[in-house]
Parts: sequence; C-alpha cells; structure tokens
Amino acid sequence: MNETLSWKEYLITRAIKVTGYSAIVFVVLIFFFLLREGLPTLAEVPLSTLFSIRWYPIEGYYGILPLLSGSLIVTLGAALIAIPFGIGTAIYIAEIAPRWMREILKPLVELLGGLPSVVLGFLGILVLSPFLRRLLDLPTGLTAFTGSLLLGGIAIPTVVSIAEDALDAVPRSYREAALALGATHWQTIWRVTLPAARSGVLTAVMLGVGRAIGETMTVMMVTGNAPVLATSPGALFSPVRTMTATIAAEMGEVAGGSVHYHVLFFIGLVLFLISLAVNVTASAIVFRTRTRAERILS
Amino acid sequence: MVTRPMPDPKILIEHLTLHYSDGTESLNDINLAIPANAITVLFGPAGGGKSSLLRCINRLNDLADVKTLSGRILLDGENILDPKTDIIALRRKVGMVFARPVVLPLTIRGNLTYGLELAGERRRSRLDEAVERSLKQAALWDEVKDRLDDPASALSGGQQQRLCLARVLALQPEVILLDEPTSGLDPISTGKVEAALQELKKNYTIVLVPHSVQQAARTADYAAFFLQGKLIEYAPGQEIFTNPKDKRTEDYVMGRFG
Repeated sequence: MNETLSWKEYLITRAIKVTGYSAIVFVVLIFFFLLREGLPTLAEVPLSTLFSIRWYPIEGYYGILPLLSGSLIVTLGAALIAIPFGIGTAIYIAEIAPRWMREILKPLVELLGGLPSVVLGFLGILVLSPFLRRLLDLPTGLTAFTGSLLLGGIAIPTVVSIAEDALDAVPRSYREAALALGATHWQTIWRVTLPAARSGVLTAVMLGVGRAIGETMTVMMVTGNAPVLATSPGALFSPVRTMTATIAAEMGEVAGGSVHYHVLFFIGLVLFLISLAVNVTASAIVFRTRTRAERILS
Repeated sequence: MVTRPMPDPKILIEHLTLHYSDGTESLNDINLAIPANAITVLFGPAGGGKSSLLRCINRLNDLADVKTLSGRILLDGENILDPKTDIIALRRKVGMVFARPVVLPLTIRGNLTYGLELAGERRRSRLDEAVERSLKQAALWDEVKDRLDDPASALSGGQQQRLCLARVLALQPEVILLDEPTSGLDPISTGKVEAALQELKKNYTIVLVPHSVQQAARTADYAAFFLQGKLIEYAPGQEIFTNPKDKRTEDYVMGRFG
C-alpha cells in the first residue's frame, strides 16, 4: 500500500516536471531552428542590403527596414487604441458597472477574444476598409490604420480580461481607506486602485501588445501589403506590410535553402527577439513592482 | 434600555434600522446620543452591528449591499443619511481608522498629505504644518521626524496604525471613528494608541469599537453594549462596567459569554 503510494507520487511529480521542462525545451529548439535557418543570411546578404529600404526579393533586394517599420507602425497604432480602451473597459467592469452589467460584460469580452482573426480580417476587407476609404478620402482603404484598428480590436479583450482580474484583486480595504479620507470615486480609482493593480495592468498591456505584434492573418488581409518604408506619420494612412505578413505570404513560394528562404527565417528571428524583449521588459517591471508591493504588505 | 438625556450631542442617532440583502448582521431601531469631547465605546460580541453603525456615520456603508436603511443620524443637527448630503465633505469631517492598518504605497509624508491634496491643498507650508501637527497628535512624531520621506511600508505595524490615525487627523476632522484599531497590535503599541486617544478627546468626538471588553473598560467615557443588532444598554463607562443594569450586559462584562 505504502509502496504503491510512493510510486504514484514519484511518477506524478516526474510527469509534471517533464511537462514543465518541455516548455523550455520547445522554446530553445525553436530558437535554434530559427538560428540555423536564419543566420546564413548574414553570410549571403551584405548588411547594407539587409538594412536597406527596398524589399524586392525577385531581384535580390532584401531590405527588411520597410517590414520592420510596417510592423512597428501597425503595432503602435494598435497599442494606442487597445491600451486606453482596454484599461477603460476594465475599470468600468471592475469598479463602476453594477453587478448584473459586470456579469454580462466580462464573458462577452472574453467571447470577443475567441473570435478567429480571419473573420475579423474578412470584416476588415468588406466593411471597415471601404468605410475608411470613403470617410478619409483615401486612394485605398487597405492601410496601416485599418490594420491598427482591427489589431486594437483583437488586443482589447486580452487587455480587458487580465486588467480586470488585477483590479478585482485589489483589497477592498484600500478603496475604503481612500474613500474614508474623502477621495471621490474617480480619485480612488486613479490614485489608489489603479496603482495598486499596476503590475497586473502592465502584464495585460504587454500581452495585448504581444498579441498585436504576432498577429498575421488580419494584417495580411487589410494592410495592403506594400513594403514601403514609413518615413512620416502620414504613412499610417497608406498601405504597409508587416514582418508576419511577409513570412506568411512568401514562405509558400520560396525554394528551401535559397537566399530568400534564409532571409524569411531571419525576419522570423527578428520577430522572436522583439517579442522576447517585450516579455523580458514586462516581467522585469512586474518583478520590481512586486518586490516593492511585498515590502509594503509585510 | 437607558438613553440618558444629554444636552447638545455631537451625533444623535434616531430609530436607525439597517438590513443587508444577504440577511447578515443588522441594526434594529438604534437610538444613541454621542457627546463631543469624549470617547464613546461601542462594544459587544461579534456580529452585533457595531461596525455597521460606525460605517453608517461616515456613509462608508453606501458601498455595502444594503436592503433597508431607515431612521436618522444627525451630525450637528444635520441628517447625514439624507441623499443630498455631500458625502465627500462628510468623510473629511468624519475620519475613520480601520482594524488593519492600510498604509498607501507612498512615503510617510505622502500618506499624511494625501487627503489634504485630494481636498485641493497645494501650499507646501500648510502641508508641512499638517504633517508635524498630526504626527505629534498621534504620538508618532519623535519616531519618524527624521525619515519622513522613507516609504511608509518600512514602519512597524504599531507605527503604521498610528500613521493611519495621523492621516485622519491631518484632515482636521471633527469626529474620529475607530474600528478595532488595535486588534493587530502588541500591548505597547496599543498603549500608545490609547494614550493618544485620551489626549485627542479634548478636541475631537471619538467613537471607538474596541477589540476587547478590557479595552472598552479602560478607554470609555460612555459605553454602548450591542447584542445581535440591538442596543442593550448605554451609560457612562464607570457605571456600565462596574454596575450594569441589564443582565445581558452584566454577563458579557463578567465574561460569562462572548
């Protein structure tokens, strides 16, 4: 009896350990695969070409700057939409809405998060982009801005859901203490509840932004796919092409092992490093604020 | 139940009845006159409605799920349960200290000036003056005067609770409500808080929910005994703890139940 119990215990802890380590193993394997397929680029394409502003692989122009700027501008636009709207919605749900409203809104927002991005892209092509073209009098509605709007929409449920959990976890005593000092509802939210939930809200933002950077399908469908370097803010209203869309669109037609193939992997590597940087920054900030919070509560 | 006629009470509670939606702790027809410049203690076993009553006096109970609330609470003759009451102004006039010290994630100075800044005070000299005055009143000045810009979280539990008291005092309220302010403190810190309260009652109206009968007996000028939502007995402190009129009060004070 005792023997089997300890065996069971041993097996289960082992199994859990293996699943835990496997996550790390997969990430490392993916990273090495990207390195193996992407790094030859540095030998095959001179750096001056790689960091030039022309992407035209058929004639040997492999400038990834337009793609980088495309990803950046679309993501930035999406973040500017998703962060205020997402946090605003989270505050409304957690702090202001009556209980019945909260019980409707929270699942609804989470449902929105499960919408396949192809569907959103479809809506973008059929509804949003003709609308924007007419509204803003643009030559085409397939622009970085269109992509930003849709990506913002995709990121909002992520931001709302995580930020709302964080706000909800702030102890009631904080709110009561602030209110008892004569703070208004809004002053309590802005100066006590939100700062107390800071690390969770920050995680929400980072995950939302991460979702936006990595999103492929929607942006490929609605941003117009023109690899042009964004040099002015006006670029927001012209077609762009992101790194993810480039990989998705071109990977199918390159010959394995060709220069073009290696460059696409190199772009993947760059994407990987960017999202790694976002995540590391986020957890560093969260870690720092958490140690501070622990000091406060001790 | 004995309610003594009292000339000019600071707070007059009339026929206050309160029920929560979930049917827990409630108050039944409470009548109570709370005098200025004294410590009035609300005591009794848990679930008797003491905290609820306290939270009605600064309308913090608005946050709770209240089913019915009737009766009046007159503060200087004005009914604060009136929906037209300016709750923000009321809460600046009626400060509250909670059972668990809740220091805001700011410096010591920041915690003290927080309420004043919310009220719109920006002048540095006024803020500094309020910091020193309130810390002295809460008997904390000597311990922290050289490190006002340290994080408040670095203070010990007893110091944090006195900081919370000072934070309330900085707003220069007229009434101070304390809900088991020393329940988590060691005897020395408790003694300091109680001594500070004795000093403060000269200028403020103090309503205290103590964490033990002993504390009630030590601090009360007036004491009200609550049992299951009813006010059983209300009398000057010396009387109620030495010669209670009601059998239930006597049993509780003697430690026969509770």
